[in-house]
Amino acid sequence: MTVATTTAVLRRRATATTALRHRVFSGRVPWTLVVFIIMATVPWIGSRYDTFLAAQIVIDALFAVSLNLLLGTTGLVSFGHVAYFGVGAYVCGILMKTYAVPFSLAFPAAGLGAALFALISGYFCVRLIKLYFAMLTLAFSQIIWAIAYKWNAVTGGDQGLPEIPYPHLDWMSAIPGFADLSIGDRFYLLTLVLVAVSLAVVHRVIRSPFGRVLTTIRDNPERAAFLGINVRLYQLAAFVVAGGFAGLAGALYGIFSRGVFADFVFWSKSAEILIMTILGGAGYFWGPPVGAAALVWLNQAITDYTQYWSFVLGAILLVLLFGFPGGIVGGLDLLWQRLKRLRNA
Amino acid sequence: MLEVSDISKSFGGFRAVSSVSLTVDTRQIAAIIGPNGAGKSTLFNLITGHLRPDSGTVRLDGRDITGAPPYRICRMGIGRSFQRTNIFPQLTVFENLQAAFLVHYGRGRNFWARADALYRDETAALLASIGLAGQEGTVAGTLSYGNQKQLELGLALASGPAVLLLDEPTAGMSATETHETIRLLERIAAERELTLLFTEHDMEVVFSIAQKIAVLHQGHIIAEGRPEEVRGDPEVRRVYLGHGLTHAQ
Amino acid sequence: MSASFLFSQFMGGLTTAMFLFLIASGLSLVFGVMRVINFAHGSFYMIGAYLAWQAVQWLHPTGGGFWLAALFAAVGVGILGALTERLFFRSLYGREELYQLLFTYALVLILGDAAKFIWGTDQLSVSTPPALAGSVQIFGTTQPLYTLFIIAIGPAIAFTLWLVLNRTGAGRMVRAAQMDREMLDALGANVATIYTVMFALSACLAGLSGALVTPIESIVPGMDVLIIVQAFIVVVIGGMGSLWGTFWGSVIYGQVLSFGILIFPGFSLFSVFALMAVILIVRPWGLFGRPL
Repeated sequence: MTVATTTAVLRRRATATTALRHRVFSGRVPWTLVVFIIMATVPWIGSRYDTFLAAQIVIDALFAVSLNLLLGTTGLVSFGHVAYFGVGAYVCGILMKTYAVPFSLAFPAAGLGAALFALISGYFCVRLIKLYFAMLTLAFSQIIWAIAYKWNAVTGGDQGLPEIPYPHLDWMSAIPGFADLSIGDRFYLLTLVLVAVSLAVVHRVIRSPFGRVLTTIRDNPERAAFLGINVRLYQLAAFVVAGGFAGLAGALYGIFSRGVFADFVFWSKSAEILIMTILGGAGYFWGPPVGAAALVWLNQAITDYTQYWSFVLGAILLVLLFGFPGGIVGGLDLLWQRLKRLRNA
Repeated sequence: MLEVSDISKSFGGFRAVSSVSLTVDTRQIAAIIGPNGAGKSTLFNLITGHLRPDSGTVRLDGRDITGAPPYRICRMGIGRSFQRTNIFPQLTVFENLQAAFLVHYGRGRNFWARADALYRDETAALLASIGLAGQEGTVAGTLSYGNQKQLELGLALASGPAVLLLDEPTAGMSATETHETIRLLERIAAERELTLLFTEHDMEVVFSIAQKIAVLHQGHIIAEGRPEEVRGDPEVRRVYLGHGLTHAQ
Repeated sequence: MSASFLFSQFMGGLTTAMFLFLIASGLSLVFGVMRVINFAHGSFYMIGAYLAWQAVQWLHPTGGGFWLAALFAAVGVGILGALTERLFFRSLYGREELYQLLFTYALVLILGDAAKFIWGTDQLSVSTPPALAGSVQIFGTTQPLYTLFIIAIGPAIAFTLWLVLNRTGAGRMVRAAQMDREMLDALGANVATIYTVMFALSACLAGLSGALVTPIESIVPGMDVLIIVQAFIVVVIGGMGSLWGTFWGSVIYGQVLSFGILIFPGFSLFSVFALMAVILIVRPWGLFGRPL
């Protein structure tokens, strides 16, 4: 981008994004806690379908946040992030179903497995620049898909791994008010807690010195190198962390979907998560979760009326690209800034 | 302190830098001058590891740093400001400098601390000394050109270099800004006991603070020495005749 | 494994190769000039196929009019490409490449559903033009005339493109635009028009290939996605932006696919992506491309 267009883009993003804005509405209200509490009450106040949607949103939120660690924080555009989601899903699913490993072990194993694959594939990817990087991530992701599709013995091939068992959640009956909850609801609550903790960890990482270094790499990799940063090493580290958390999301998804199937790993899912992230706003930590909520909700609302969901999604994407490059949270942020100025004027 | 020996670099058939040798003593302020295309930026790139020389060596304080990757050369103590301003546009001025300190003090591997809270005092002090006090919260990409250059300098300084390479530090500046920048550089070089090597087009700047000047022309050093010697050198005059020198007499 | 069997496989590989070349050439062209991968290229191909079918329906419901239909498809998609570039794509030029890529993806989504809406989800087909309906015996194998036609048209188009790019003034401008857009702009050339024309030309090629594939493959939803992945691989192997790279990349890919399946049947799915990954790791700019 030339200097002229850079300043134009920056003027459009009127406020600083810094290391990722983490609070759009500055105020006394701990919005994060409020949202968490609301999400936690869904099994009681909502229908089973509501819980289903909520679970999907929560899992996609983690997946999208992990992608944004690459995109919004480090400036790495990956088209193959679903590979790590898929590896996590399969590792957890295979361990739990085929080897009867308890969830408490299978879950972290999924994250580690995905992180390991991220380390191997990332090593090759980060040596490439922009477009080639994106294409190699896509290639690796499709390789995983092909393996999942064909390796009948381990992954179930095109039949996949149906009937992944739920983790043992009987202990939840001991908590007051939980005794009547179905296993699905209990798993949703477990998912909510696990995702909340994961998001807190990712948030912490982004605000750490490591995260700050990543943003310098995003803004100006050449200059970052001349601050003393081994750019490739940091990019690889970001890749591994992002891959690990994507794997955790995948593990949860496999159980949530009652099975792990090869089309989880198809590249269209990578595109979907990318759109979610940008829809919500890649410049904000809470952008991707907002995008996940918006897209999941839109999907179920639109598909009730028409089978042409792709068309609608494409149209949304167009509106986003031409009208609201900062996404939903970006738009809200601009609105808030404008309101503040009016109030102070 | 900085010793460049017999460095050469060719691009295809074009010899950008030919057998250039240059020594800058500790705490010395040296300048490289020469017409456009003489190879000044290439020479800088060779020293800072952005390019590998075809032959020759670069030594920092006796240690061979030839062809090492830029991030390692930076850590060994060479700082650089770039000709086209090279800052972090989406971060604020404060965050720009703070990031440099984070890396310099080796905190880049810390995944847990809050980056915001670290090195606030050093950052504020550096901000003030480069003349950007009051601009902490400004997004770096929206700064004026002159301010960006100052930030550029700040970034180079934050890495705590022993040697500072400045690529045309006063390019695009008005006479007043140039004057201020020169005073600033002198003060900082003295305060931090820096060795300075810079390239410039503005002869007034060069002759006012450089203790040693090397003249680069078509990849060769054609003259080297104290300002008075270089000023009087017939070869230098020949090369510059017709190139529109500002008054150097 | 008889010689005639090998020859059959070889011809099959060449046919695949030339089809892919027709499609991938447009992709490569656009990348060379505009530095962007057009995901919607596969969609243009699909629309070309549907337009050809539609034209055949209008002209002679019982069959015939194939060449007119192909022309209609090529021109129609070309116009679609020109409009897309002019109305939408142009406003995205200064922005990050990601936005441009996402735009082309949005096009894929929109065009995909638009095609479903207009033509439904059933498989459609077009019969081979009567002039090329027969077959010949070569080396003990039966080769349909139509496949021979496709095999011949590949190099013909490659050569024509090469001629235009290297021997005409317009072509020179395009090559200049490939090397240094800003300079060309500064020299007063109408870079914007060059972009529109290139985009339209690439769409034209895609539409034409879509039309030409109809006698051999059925027209189905999802053909856009299937083809764009293969076009990608070809362009990566040969080198993005290089015409001959795309040509030879297609040839290599076609033969690898053809003979690879013999070696082990699960081959195609995994190995083409592995091939793509290996090329990107070892030599990202492909066989004939230049490092970016």
